[in-house]
Amino acid sequence: MSDIIRTEHLTFAYPPDEGKDPVPALDGVDLSIRQGSFTAILGHNGSGKSTLAKHMNAVLLPGGGRVWVDGMDTLAEAALLEIRRRVGMVFQNPDNQIVANVVEEDVAFGPENLGVPTAEIQARVAAALKAVGMEAFTLHAPHHLSGGQKQRIAIAGVIAMEPACIVLDESTAMLDPAGRREVLDTVKTLNRDKGITVVLITHHMDEAAMADRVVVMDQGRVVMDGTPREILVRMEELREIGLDAPHTVELLHGLRQEGFDVPLDALGIQECAEAIVRALA
Amino acid sequence: MKPIIRVENLTHTYGENTPFCRSAVKDVNMEIMEGEFLGVIGHTGSGKSTLIQHLNGLLRPTSGRILLGDRDIWEDPKKIRDVRFRVGLVFQYPEYQLFEETVYKDVAFGPKNMGLDEKEIDRRVRAALAFSGLGEELLEKSPFDLSGGQKRRVAIAGVIAMEPEVLILDEPSAGLDPAGRRSLLENIRAYHREKGTTVVMVSHSMDEVAENVDRIVVLANAGVVMSGTPHEVFSRARELMDVGLNVPQVTQVAMELKRQGVDIDPAVYTVADLRAGLATLKGGRR
Repeated sequence: MSDIIRTEHLTFAYPPDEGKDPVPALDGVDLSIRQGSFTAILGHNGSGKSTLAKHMNAVLLPGGGRVWVDGMDTLAEAALLEIRRRVGMVFQNPDNQIVANVVEEDVAFGPENLGVPTAEIQARVAAALKAVGMEAFTLHAPHHLSGGQKQRIAIAGVIAMEPACIVLDESTAMLDPAGRREVLDTVKTLNRDKGITVVLITHHMDEAAMADRVVVMDQGRVVMDGTPREILVRMEELREIGLDAPHTVELLHGLRQEGFDVPLDALGIQECAEAIVRALA
Repeated sequence: MKPIIRVENLTHTYGENTPFCRSAVKDVNMEIMEGEFLGVIGHTGSGKSTLIQHLNGLLRPTSGRILLGDRDIWEDPKKIRDVRFRVGLVFQYPEYQLFEETVYKDVAFGPKNMGLDEKEIDRRVRAALAFSGLGEELLEKSPFDLSGGQKRRVAIAGVIAMEPEVLILDEPSAGLDPAGRRSLLENIRAYHREKGTTVVMVSHSMDEVAENVDRIVVLANAGVVMSGTPHEVFSRARELMDVGLNVPQVTQVAMELKRQGVDIDPAVYTVADLRAGLATLKGGRR
Protein backbone atom coordinates (compact mmCIF):
# COMPACT_ATOMS: atom_id res chain seq x y z
CA MET A 1 0.00 0.00 0.00
CA SER A 2 1.15 3.53 -0.70
CA ASP A 3 1.51 6.47 1.65
CA ILE A 4 -1.24 9.07 1.51
CA ILE A 5 0.76 11.44 3.71
CA ARG A 6 4.48 11.58 4.24
CA THR A 7 6.52 14.13 6.15
CA GLU A 8 10.25 14.44 5.98
CA HIS A 9 12.30 16.35 8.59
CA LEU A 10 9.26 18.58 9.06
CA THR A 11 9.85 21.65 11.21
CA PHE A 12 7.58 24.58 11.98
CA ALA A 13 7.55 27.52 14.40
CA TYR A 14 4.78 30.01 15.06
CA PRO A 15 5.75 33.70 14.95
CA PRO A 16 7.30 34.45 18.37
CA ASP A 17 6.38 37.23 20.78
CA GLU A 18 8.27 40.45 20.24
CA GLY A 19 11.87 40.17 21.34
CA LYS A 20 11.71 36.42 21.90
CA ASP A 21 13.21 33.52 20.01
CA PRO A 22 10.86 31.29 18.05
CA VAL A 23 10.08 27.99 19.78
CA PRO A 24 9.69 25.13 17.32
CA ALA A 25 6.20 23.59 17.39
CA LEU A 26 7.48 20.79 15.17
CA ASP A 27 11.08 19.76 15.47
CA GLY A 28 11.95 17.25 12.77
CA VAL A 29 8.95 14.97 12.19
CA ASP A 30 9.32 11.99 9.85
CA LEU A 31 6.03 10.22 9.53
CA SER A 32 4.27 8.16 6.88
CA ILE A 33 0.54 7.48 6.92
CA ARG A 34 -0.52 4.51 4.83
CA GLN A 35 -3.56 4.64 2.60
CA GLY A 36 -6.51 2.99 4.35
CA SER A 37 -5.00 3.02 7.85
CA PHE A 38 -6.47 4.37 11.11
CA THR A 39 -3.85 6.32 13.05
CA ALA A 40 -4.30 8.10 16.36
CA ILE A 41 -1.89 10.92 17.19
CA LEU A 42 -1.61 11.48 20.92
CA GLY A 43 0.06 14.22 22.87
CA HIS A 44 -0.53 16.76 25.63
CA ASN A 45 -1.60 20.33 24.82
CA GLY A 46 1.33 22.03 23.12
CA SER A 47 3.02 18.79 22.02
CA GLY A 48 2.68 19.76 18.35
CA LYS A 49 -0.02 17.28 17.38
CA SER A 50 -2.47 19.87 16.02
CA THR A 51 0.31 21.72 14.22
CA LEU A 52 1.24 18.44 12.57
CA ALA A 53 -2.40 17.82 11.61
CA LYS A 54 -2.65 21.23 9.96
CA HIS A 55 0.26 20.30 7.70
CA MET A 56 -1.64 17.31 6.39
CA ASN A 57 -3.82 19.35 4.06
CA ALA A 58 -1.66 22.43 3.71
CA VAL A 59 -3.49 24.64 6.21
CA LEU A 60 0.05 25.23 7.43
CA LEU A 61 3.12 24.97 5.22
CA PRO A 62 6.45 23.56 6.40
CA GLY A 63 9.01 25.94 7.89
CA GLY A 64 11.62 23.32 7.02
CA GLY A 65 11.47 19.86 5.48
CA ARG A 66 8.68 18.63 3.26
CA VAL A 67 5.14 17.21 3.36
CA TRP A 68 3.75 15.08 0.54
CA VAL A 69 0.05 14.38 0.17
CA ASP A 70 -0.58 11.55 -2.23
CA GLY A 71 2.78 12.34 -3.80
CA MET A 72 2.14 16.09 -4.08
CA ASP A 73 4.47 18.53 -2.33
CA THR A 74 2.34 20.88 -0.18
CA LEU A 75 4.73 23.72 -0.98
CA ALA A 76 3.67 23.58 -4.64
CA GLU A 77 0.86 26.13 -4.74
CA ALA A 78 -0.64 24.73 -7.94
CA ALA A 79 -1.41 21.46 -6.14
CA LEU A 80 -3.33 23.10 -3.28
CA LEU A 81 -6.84 22.35 -4.53
CA GLU A 82 -5.94 18.74 -5.29
CA ILE A 83 -4.40 18.34 -1.83
CA ARG A 84 -7.50 19.69 -0.11
CA ARG A 85 -9.57 17.36 -2.25
CA ARG A 86 -7.56 14.36 -1.03
CA VAL A 87 -7.41 15.23 2.66
CA GLY A 88 -10.39 16.67 4.50
CA MET A 89 -10.17 18.18 7.94
CA VAL A 90 -12.66 18.25 10.82
CA PHE A 91 -11.87 20.74 13.58
CA GLN A 92 -12.52 20.92 17.31
CA ASN A 93 -15.41 23.32 17.71
CA PRO A 94 -18.58 22.11 15.95
CA ASP A 95 -20.01 25.63 15.94
CA ASN A 96 -17.12 27.08 13.96
CA GLN A 97 -17.43 24.87 10.90
CA ILE A 98 -21.09 25.01 9.95
CA VAL A 99 -21.66 27.47 7.09
CA ALA A 100 -25.29 27.02 5.96
CA ASN A 101 -28.77 27.20 7.50
CA VAL A 102 -29.89 23.81 6.24
CA VAL A 103 -27.98 20.57 6.76
CA GLU A 104 -27.95 19.52 3.09
CA GLU A 105 -26.67 22.92 1.98
CA ASP A 106 -23.91 22.73 4.54
CA VAL A 107 -22.80 19.32 3.30
CA ALA A 108 -22.97 20.56 -0.32
CA PHE A 109 -20.63 23.47 0.37
CA GLY A 110 -17.43 21.50 -0.22
CA PRO A 111 -18.35 19.77 -3.49
CA GLU A 112 -19.87 23.03 -4.80
CA ASN A 113 -16.51 24.69 -4.34
CA LEU A 114 -14.85 21.86 -6.19
CA GLY A 115 -17.14 22.57 -9.17
CA VAL A 116 -18.96 19.24 -9.01
CA PRO A 117 -22.10 19.19 -11.27
CA THR A 118 -25.40 19.77 -9.43
CA ALA A 119 -26.90 16.34 -10.02
CA GLU A 120 -23.78 14.69 -8.68
CA ILE A 121 -23.68 17.03 -5.67
CA GLN A 122 -27.16 15.88 -4.71
CA ALA A 123 -26.11 12.26 -4.94
CA ARG A 124 -22.95 12.89 -2.93
CA VAL A 125 -24.78 14.82 -0.22
CA ALA A 126 -27.35 12.05 0.16
CA ALA A 127 -24.64 9.40 0.30
CA ALA A 128 -22.53 11.40 2.77
CA LEU A 129 -25.44 11.99 5.14
CA LYS A 130 -26.27 8.31 4.99
CA ALA A 131 -22.67 7.39 5.73
CA VAL A 132 -22.74 9.40 8.98
CA GLY A 133 -26.26 8.26 9.88
CA MET A 134 -27.79 11.73 9.57
CA GLU A 135 -30.05 11.26 6.55
CA ALA A 136 -33.13 11.95 8.70
CA PHE A 137 -31.81 15.49 9.30
CA THR A 138 -31.30 16.52 5.66
CA LEU A 139 -33.61 19.53 5.89
CA HIS A 140 -32.96 20.44 9.53
CA ALA A 141 -31.25 23.57 10.80
CA PRO A 142 -27.72 22.65 11.94
CA HIS A 143 -27.73 25.01 14.93
CA HIS A 144 -30.52 22.98 16.54
CA LEU A 145 -28.47 19.79 16.51
CA SER A 146 -26.37 18.40 19.37
CA GLY A 147 -22.58 18.74 19.34
CA GLY A 148 -22.09 15.14 18.20
CA GLN A 149 -24.63 15.57 15.41
CA LYS A 150 -22.96 18.80 14.28
CA GLN A 151 -19.60 17.04 14.08
CA ARG A 152 -21.18 14.26 12.03
CA ILE A 153 -22.54 16.94 9.65
CA ALA A 154 -19.03 18.41 9.44
CA ILE A 155 -17.70 14.92 8.65
CA ALA A 156 -20.42 14.46 6.00
CA GLY A 157 -19.31 17.76 4.44
CA VAL A 158 -15.80 16.35 4.20
CA ILE A 159 -16.94 12.97 2.86
CA ALA A 160 -19.01 14.68 0.14
CA MET A 161 -15.70 15.87 -1.30
CA GLU A 162 -14.75 12.19 -1.57
CA PRO A 163 -11.37 12.51 0.11
CA ALA A 164 -8.88 9.68 0.48
CA CYS A 165 -8.16 10.76 4.04
CA ILE A 166 -9.94 12.50 6.91
CA VAL A 167 -7.99 14.28 9.63
CA LEU A 168 -9.91 14.90 12.87
CA ASP A 169 -8.16 17.62 14.85
CA GLU A 170 -9.45 17.02 18.39
CA SER A 171 -12.94 16.80 16.93
CA THR A 172 -14.26 14.99 19.98
CA ALA A 173 -12.73 17.25 22.65
CA MET A 174 -15.83 19.39 23.15
CA LEU A 175 -18.36 16.54 23.03
CA ASP A 176 -19.98 14.55 25.81
CA PRO A 177 -19.42 10.76 26.00
CA ALA A 178 -22.45 9.98 23.82
CA GLY A 179 -21.40 12.54 21.20
CA ARG A 180 -17.85 11.20 21.19
CA ARG A 181 -19.11 7.70 20.69
CA GLU A 182 -21.26 8.81 17.70
CA VAL A 183 -18.32 10.48 16.00
CA LEU A 184 -15.89 7.64 16.67
CA ASP A 185 -18.31 4.98 15.46
CA THR A 186 -18.83 7.04 12.31
CA VAL A 187 -15.14 7.36 11.45
CA LYS A 188 -14.45 3.75 12.34
CA THR A 189 -17.16 2.65 9.89
CA LEU A 190 -15.89 4.98 7.15
CA ASN A 191 -12.41 3.54 7.61
CA ARG A 192 -13.56 -0.07 7.57
CA ASP A 193 -16.26 0.03 4.90
CA LYS A 194 -15.04 2.74 2.55
CA GLY A 195 -11.31 2.39 3.10
CA ILE A 196 -10.95 6.08 3.96
CA THR A 197 -7.71 6.81 5.79
CA VAL A 198 -8.35 8.29 9.25
CA VAL A 199 -5.96 10.39 11.29
CA LEU A 200 -7.40 11.09 14.72
CA ILE A 201 -5.74 13.76 16.86
CA THR A 202 -6.73 13.26 20.49
CA HIS A 203 -5.67 13.09 24.09
CA HIS A 204 -8.21 10.45 25.01
CA MET A 205 -6.55 7.08 25.51
CA ASP A 206 -9.72 5.09 24.91
CA GLU A 207 -10.00 6.70 21.48
CA ALA A 208 -6.40 5.85 20.69
CA ALA A 209 -7.15 2.24 21.64
CA MET A 210 -9.53 2.03 18.64
CA ALA A 211 -6.82 2.83 16.10
CA ASP A 212 -4.49 0.46 14.23
CA ARG A 213 -1.54 2.61 15.09
CA VAL A 214 -0.71 5.12 17.81
CA VAL A 215 1.82 7.91 17.32
CA VAL A 216 2.78 9.87 20.45
CA MET A 217 4.12 13.41 20.16
CA ASP A 218 6.08 15.43 22.71
CA GLN A 219 7.92 18.72 22.22
CA GLY A 220 7.32 18.70 18.51
CA ARG A 221 8.75 15.24 17.97
CA VAL A 222 7.42 11.73 17.52
CA VAL A 223 8.44 9.89 20.68
CA MET A 224 6.50 6.62 20.34
CA ASP A 225 5.02 4.81 17.38
CA GLY A 226 3.33 1.40 17.41
CA THR A 227 0.10 -0.51 17.88
CA PRO A 228 -2.22 0.54 20.73
CA ARG A 229 -1.18 -2.55 22.67
CA GLU A 230 2.49 -1.67 22.33
CA ILE A 231 2.08 1.97 23.26
CA LEU A 232 -0.69 2.16 25.85
CA VAL A 233 1.02 -0.25 28.26
CA ARG A 234 3.98 2.13 28.67
CA MET A 235 2.35 3.69 31.73
CA GLU A 236 5.37 5.45 33.24
CA GLU A 237 6.57 7.00 29.99
CA LEU A 238 3.07 8.21 29.08
CA ARG A 239 2.70 9.82 32.47
CA GLU A 240 6.05 11.57 32.16
CA ILE A 241 4.85 13.37 29.04
CA GLY A 242 1.52 14.39 30.53
CA LEU A 243 -0.64 11.51 29.30
CA ASP A 244 -2.41 8.70 31.12
CA ALA A 245 -2.52 4.99 30.46
CA PRO A 246 -6.04 3.50 30.35
CA HIS A 247 -7.35 2.49 33.79
CA THR A 248 -7.35 -1.14 32.68
CA VAL A 249 -3.58 -0.97 32.17
CA GLU A 250 -3.11 0.81 35.50
CA LEU A 251 -5.10 -1.93 37.20
CA LEU A 252 -3.14 -4.71 35.50
CA HIS A 253 0.14 -3.05 36.52
CA GLY A 254 -1.08 -2.95 40.10
CA LEU A 255 -2.24 -6.55 40.05
CA ARG A 256 1.15 -7.70 38.79
CA GLN A 257 2.69 -6.11 41.88
CA GLU A 258 0.23 -8.16 43.93
CA GLY A 259 1.59 -11.29 42.28
CA PHE A 260 -1.12 -11.77 39.65
CA ASP A 261 0.02 -13.40 36.43
CA VAL A 262 -1.73 -11.01 34.01
CA PRO A 263 -0.70 -9.45 30.70
CA LEU A 264 -0.48 -5.65 30.61
CA ASP A 265 -2.07 -5.22 27.23
CA ALA A 266 -5.59 -6.44 27.97
CA LEU A 267 -6.89 -2.95 27.18
CA GLY A 268 -10.59 -3.70 26.74
CA ILE A 269 -13.02 -4.17 29.64
CA GLN A 270 -13.92 -7.69 28.60
CA GLU A 271 -10.38 -8.94 27.97
CA CYS A 272 -9.12 -7.27 31.14
CA ALA A 273 -11.76 -9.05 33.21
CA GLU A 274 -11.02 -12.35 31.50
CA ALA A 275 -7.29 -12.03 32.18
CA ILE A 276 -8.01 -11.41 35.87
CA VAL A 277 -10.37 -14.39 36.07
CA ARG A 278 -7.67 -16.61 34.54
CA ALA A 279 -5.08 -15.33 37.00
CA LEU A 280 -7.40 -16.00 39.94
CA ALA A 281 -8.14 -19.56 38.82
CA MET B 1 -24.55 19.08 57.75
CA LYS B 2 -27.20 21.58 56.86
CA PRO B 3 -28.21 22.65 53.37
CA ILE B 4 -26.76 25.88 52.03
CA ILE B 5 -28.88 25.83 48.86
CA ARG B 6 -32.28 24.24 48.49
CA VAL B 7 -34.00 23.78 45.16
CA GLU B 8 -37.76 23.41 45.57
CA ASN B 9 -40.03 22.19 42.79
CA LEU B 10 -37.95 24.02 40.20
CA THR B 11 -39.29 24.12 36.67
CA HIS B 12 -37.81 26.16 33.86
CA THR B 13 -39.52 26.39 30.52
CA TYR B 14 -37.82 27.95 27.52
CA GLY B 15 -39.91 29.67 24.84
CA GLU B 16 -43.14 29.67 26.78
CA ASN B 17 -46.20 30.40 24.63
CA THR B 18 -44.26 29.56 21.45
CA PRO B 19 -44.29 26.37 19.38
CA PHE B 20 -40.73 25.69 20.68
CA CYS B 21 -41.82 25.58 24.32
CA ARG B 22 -39.74 23.04 26.23
CA SER B 23 -39.07 22.42 29.91
CA ALA B 24 -35.32 22.03 30.38
CA VAL B 25 -35.79 21.42 34.11
CA LYS B 26 -38.97 19.98 35.49
CA ASP B 27 -40.04 19.81 39.13
CA VAL B 28 -36.55 19.40 40.53
CA ASN B 29 -35.98 19.10 44.27
CA MET B 30 -32.46 18.91 45.65
CA GLU B 31 -30.23 20.17 48.43
CA ILE B 32 -26.63 21.25 48.42
CA MET B 33 -25.04 20.76 51.83
CA GLU B 34 -22.76 23.28 53.43
CA GLY B 35 -19.12 22.37 52.82
CA GLU B 36 -19.71 19.39 50.56
CA PHE B 37 -18.07 18.64 47.23
CA LEU B 38 -20.98 17.76 44.98
CA GLY B 39 -20.81 16.34 41.49
CA VAL B 40 -23.67 16.94 39.07
CA ILE B 41 -23.75 14.70 36.08
CA GLY B 42 -26.01 14.10 33.15
CA HIS B 43 -25.94 13.75 29.37
CA THR B 44 -26.19 16.71 27.00
CA GLY B 45 -29.66 18.21 27.23
CA SER B 46 -30.37 16.69 30.64
CA GLY B 47 -30.83 20.14 32.17
CA LYS B 48 -27.49 20.52 33.99
CA SER B 49 -26.64 23.97 32.70
CA THR B 50 -30.17 25.27 33.13
CA LEU B 51 -30.20 24.03 36.72
CA ILE B 52 -26.91 25.62 37.75
CA GLN B 53 -27.78 28.94 36.15
CA HIS B 54 -30.68 29.11 38.60
CA LEU B 55 -28.42 28.64 41.60
CA ASN B 56 -26.94 32.13 41.32
CA GLY B 57 -29.96 33.80 39.81
CA LEU B 58 -28.86 34.02 36.18
CA LEU B 59 -32.13 32.36 35.26
CA ARG B 60 -35.39 32.92 37.05
CA PRO B 61 -37.57 29.89 37.76
CA THR B 62 -40.72 29.49 35.69
CA SER B 63 -42.05 27.99 38.90
CA GLY B 64 -40.54 26.81 42.17
CA ARG B 65 -37.91 28.43 44.41
CA ILE B 66 -34.20 28.55 45.10
CA LEU B 67 -33.31 29.10 48.74
CA LEU B 68 -29.85 30.36 49.71
CA GLY B 69 -29.56 29.89 53.44
CA ASP B 70 -33.20 30.35 54.40
CA ARG B 71 -34.13 33.01 51.90
CA ASP B 72 -35.69 32.79 48.48
CA ILE B 73 -33.08 34.41 46.21
CA TRP B 74 -35.84 36.16 44.25
CA GLU B 75 -37.55 37.55 47.37
CA ASP B 76 -36.13 40.94 46.49
CA PRO B 77 -35.07 40.94 42.81
CA LYS B 78 -33.03 44.13 43.34
CA LYS B 79 -30.66 42.15 45.55
CA ILE B 80 -29.98 39.37 43.06
CA ARG B 81 -26.52 40.87 42.48
CA ASP B 82 -25.54 39.92 46.02
CA VAL B 83 -26.52 36.34 45.30
CA ARG B 84 -24.08 36.31 42.39
CA PHE B 85 -21.28 37.32 44.76
CA ARG B 86 -22.23 34.60 47.23
CA VAL B 87 -22.66 31.87 44.64
CA GLY B 88 -19.80 31.99 42.13
CA LEU B 89 -20.35 30.36 38.78
CA VAL B 90 -17.51 29.38 36.43
CA PHE B 91 -18.93 28.70 32.99
CA GLN B 92 -17.83 26.12 30.45
CA TYR B 93 -14.77 27.32 28.53
CA PRO B 94 -14.52 30.40 30.81
CA GLU B 95 -11.27 31.45 29.12
CA TYR B 96 -13.35 32.97 26.32
CA GLN B 97 -14.64 35.52 28.82
CA LEU B 98 -11.32 37.04 29.80
CA PHE B 99 -11.19 40.65 28.69
CA GLU B 100 -8.80 42.77 30.76
CA GLU B 101 -5.32 44.00 29.84
CA THR B 102 -3.58 42.14 32.61
CA VAL B 103 -4.18 39.00 34.64
CA TYR B 104 -4.30 41.12 37.77
CA LYS B 105 -7.06 43.38 36.44
CA ASP B 106 -9.06 40.46 35.16
CA VAL B 107 -9.03 38.64 38.48
CA ALA B 108 -9.70 41.91 40.34
CA PHE B 109 -12.81 42.65 38.28
CA GLY B 110 -15.22 40.72 40.53
CA PRO B 111 -13.93 41.99 43.89
CA LYS B 112 -13.87 45.53 42.47
CA ASN B 113 -17.55 45.27 41.58
CA MET B 114 -18.21 44.18 45.14
CA GLY B 115 -16.97 47.59 46.24
CA LEU B 116 -14.01 46.32 48.27
CA ASP B 117 -11.04 48.55 49.07
CA GLU B 118 -7.73 48.31 47.19
CA LYS B 119 -5.93 46.45 49.94
CA GLU B 120 -8.60 43.78 50.26
CA ILE B 121 -8.80 43.43 46.48
CA ASP B 122 -5.04 42.93 46.33
CA ARG B 123 -5.13 40.27 49.02
CA ARG B 124 -7.93 38.41 47.27
CA VAL B 125 -6.34 38.54 43.84
CA ARG B 126 -3.10 37.06 45.13
CA ALA B 127 -4.85 34.39 47.18
CA ALA B 128 -7.12 33.42 44.28
CA LEU B 129 -4.19 33.08 41.89
CA ALA B 130 -2.35 30.89 44.37
CA PHE B 131 -5.39 28.63 44.78
CA SER B 132 -5.71 28.42 41.02
CA GLY B 133 -2.11 27.28 40.71
CA LEU B 134 -0.75 30.39 39.03
CA GLY B 135 2.46 32.17 39.98
CA GLU B 136 2.70 35.89 40.80
CA GLU B 137 4.99 36.41 37.80
CA LEU B 138 1.88 36.25 35.62
CA LEU B 139 0.13 39.18 37.34
CA GLU B 140 1.15 41.85 34.86
CA LYS B 141 0.92 39.66 31.77
CA SER B 142 -1.87 39.92 29.26
CA PRO B 143 -4.24 36.98 29.79
CA PHE B 144 -4.27 36.52 26.02
CA ASP B 145 -0.58 35.61 25.98
CA LEU B 146 -1.13 32.61 28.26
CA SER B 147 -1.70 28.99 27.32
CA GLY B 148 -5.25 27.60 27.21
CA GLY B 149 -4.86 25.86 30.57
CA GLN B 150 -3.47 29.00 32.23
CA LYS B 151 -6.28 31.15 30.81
CA ARG B 152 -8.82 28.78 32.29
CA ARG B 153 -7.11 29.09 35.68
CA VAL B 154 -7.21 32.88 35.46
CA ALA B 155 -10.95 32.70 34.78
CA ILE B 156 -11.46 30.41 37.78
CA ALA B 157 -9.34 32.74 39.95
CA GLY B 158 -11.64 35.60 38.93
CA VAL B 159 -14.56 33.82 40.56
CA ILE B 160 -12.61 32.53 43.58
CA ALA B 161 -11.47 36.11 44.27
CA MET B 162 -15.05 37.01 45.14
CA GLU B 163 -14.74 34.42 47.94
CA PRO B 164 -18.15 32.93 47.24
CA GLU B 165 -19.81 30.66 49.77
CA VAL B 166 -20.60 28.24 46.98
CA LEU B 167 -18.32 27.70 43.99
CA ILE B 168 -19.94 26.14 40.94
CA LEU B 169 -17.79 24.88 38.07
CA ASP B 170 -19.37 23.81 34.79
CA GLU B 171 -17.09 21.23 33.13
CA PRO B 172 -13.89 22.77 34.50
CA SER B 173 -11.59 20.27 32.81
CA ALA B 174 -13.24 20.07 29.37
CA GLY B 175 -10.70 20.05 26.58
CA LEU B 176 -7.65 19.86 28.86
CA ASP B 177 -5.11 17.08 28.42
CA PRO B 178 -4.70 14.42 31.14
CA ALA B 179 -1.91 16.21 33.02
CA GLY B 180 -3.76 19.54 32.85
CA ARG B 181 -6.93 17.89 34.05
CA ARG B 182 -5.20 16.16 36.93
CA SER B 183 -3.45 19.26 38.17
CA LEU B 184 -6.51 21.53 37.86
CA LEU B 185 -8.62 19.06 39.86
CA GLU B 186 -5.91 18.83 42.50
CA ASN B 187 -6.11 22.61 42.85
CA ILE B 188 -9.90 22.54 43.14
CA ARG B 189 -9.72 19.77 45.75
CA ALA B 190 -7.11 21.70 47.74
CA TYR B 191 -9.27 24.83 47.60
CA HIS B 192 -12.25 22.88 48.89
CA ARG B 193 -10.18 21.29 51.64
CA GLU B 194 -8.47 24.44 52.84
CA LYS B 195 -11.32 26.93 52.55
CA GLY B 196 -14.15 24.57 53.43
CA THR B 197 -16.18 26.20 50.67
CA THR B 198 -19.07 24.29 49.15
CA VAL B 199 -18.06 23.18 45.65
CA VAL B 200 -20.40 21.97 42.92
CA MET B 201 -18.76 20.44 39.86
CA VAL B 202 -20.69 19.65 36.71
CA SER B 203 -19.04 17.03 34.56
CA HIS B 204 -19.73 14.36 32.03
CA SER B 205 -16.70 12.37 32.97
CA MET B 206 -17.70 9.60 35.35
CA ASP B 207 -14.07 8.90 36.22
CA GLU B 208 -13.49 12.50 37.13
CA VAL B 209 -16.57 12.71 39.33
CA ALA B 210 -15.82 9.34 40.94
CA GLU B 211 -12.34 10.40 41.99
CA ASN B 212 -13.22 13.79 43.40
CA VAL B 213 -16.63 14.31 44.92
CA ASP B 214 -18.43 13.34 48.17
CA ARG B 215 -21.83 13.01 46.58
CA ILE B 216 -23.29 12.77 43.09
CA VAL B 217 -26.58 14.03 41.72
CA VAL B 218 -27.57 12.46 38.41
CA LEU B 219 -29.81 14.41 36.06
CA ALA B 220 -31.71 12.93 33.15
CA ASN B 221 -34.62 14.12 31.08
CA ALA B 222 -34.96 17.40 32.98
CA GLY B 223 -35.10 15.81 36.43
CA VAL B 224 -33.00 14.32 39.25
CA VAL B 225 -32.94 10.54 38.87
CA MET B 226 -30.36 9.60 41.49
CA SER B 227 -28.43 11.08 44.37
CA GLY B 228 -25.89 9.48 46.66
CA THR B 229 -22.25 8.69 47.33
CA PRO B 230 -20.24 7.55 44.29
CA HIS B 231 -20.52 4.00 45.58
CA GLU B 232 -24.30 4.18 45.89
CA VAL B 233 -24.67 5.71 42.45
CA PHE B 234 -22.33 3.30 40.68
CA SER B 235 -24.05 0.32 42.24
CA ARG B 236 -26.98 1.31 40.02
CA ALA B 237 -24.92 1.02 36.86
CA ARG B 238 -27.73 -0.41 34.75
CA GLU B 239 -29.99 2.56 35.43
CA LEU B 240 -27.15 4.95 34.62
CA MET B 241 -26.62 3.27 31.29
CA ASP B 242 -30.34 3.46 30.61
CA VAL B 243 -30.21 7.26 30.83
CA GLY B 244 -27.25 7.43 28.44
CA LEU B 245 -24.48 7.64 31.03
CA ASN B 246 -21.54 5.41 31.61
CA VAL B 247 -19.85 4.14 34.74
CA PRO B 248 -16.08 4.48 35.37
CA GLN B 249 -13.85 2.02 33.51
CA VAL B 250 -12.87 0.35 36.76
CA THR B 251 -16.52 -0.20 37.66
CA GLN B 252 -17.10 -1.74 34.24
CA VAL B 253 -14.27 -4.20 34.85
CA ALA B 254 -15.64 -5.01 38.31
CA MET B 255 -19.12 -5.59 36.89
CA GLU B 256 -17.73 -7.92 34.27
CA LEU B 257 -15.73 -9.80 36.93
CA LYS B 258 -18.86 -10.19 39.01
CA ARG B 259 -20.74 -11.46 35.97
CA GLN B 260 -18.03 -14.07 35.45
CA GLY B 261 -18.51 -15.29 39.00
CA VAL B 262 -15.77 -13.42 40.87
CA ASP B 263 -16.85 -12.44 44.38
CA ILE B 264 -16.13 -8.71 44.13
CA ASP B 265 -18.02 -5.48 44.85
CA PRO B 266 -19.30 -4.42 41.40
CA ALA B 267 -19.68 -0.78 42.44
CA VAL B 268 -15.98 -0.22 43.18
CA TYR B 269 -14.73 2.79 41.20
CA THR B 270 -11.03 3.41 41.81
CA VAL B 271 -8.07 1.41 40.54
CA ALA B 272 -6.67 1.23 44.07
CA ASP B 273 -9.87 -0.22 45.56
CA LEU B 274 -10.33 -2.83 42.87
CA ARG B 275 -6.69 -3.82 43.14
CA ALA B 276 -7.00 -4.17 46.92
CA GLY B 277 -10.24 -6.15 46.60
CA LEU B 278 -8.69 -8.59 44.16
CA ALA B 279 -5.50 -8.93 46.22
CA THR B 280 -7.56 -9.90 49.28
CA LEU B 281 -9.47 -12.40 47.20
CA LYS B 282 -6.28 -13.96 45.90
CA GLY B 283 -4.81 -14.09 49.41
CA GLY B 284 -7.91 -15.88 50.67
CA ARG B 285 -7.65 -18.52 48.01
CA ARG B 286 -4.08 -19.50 48.77
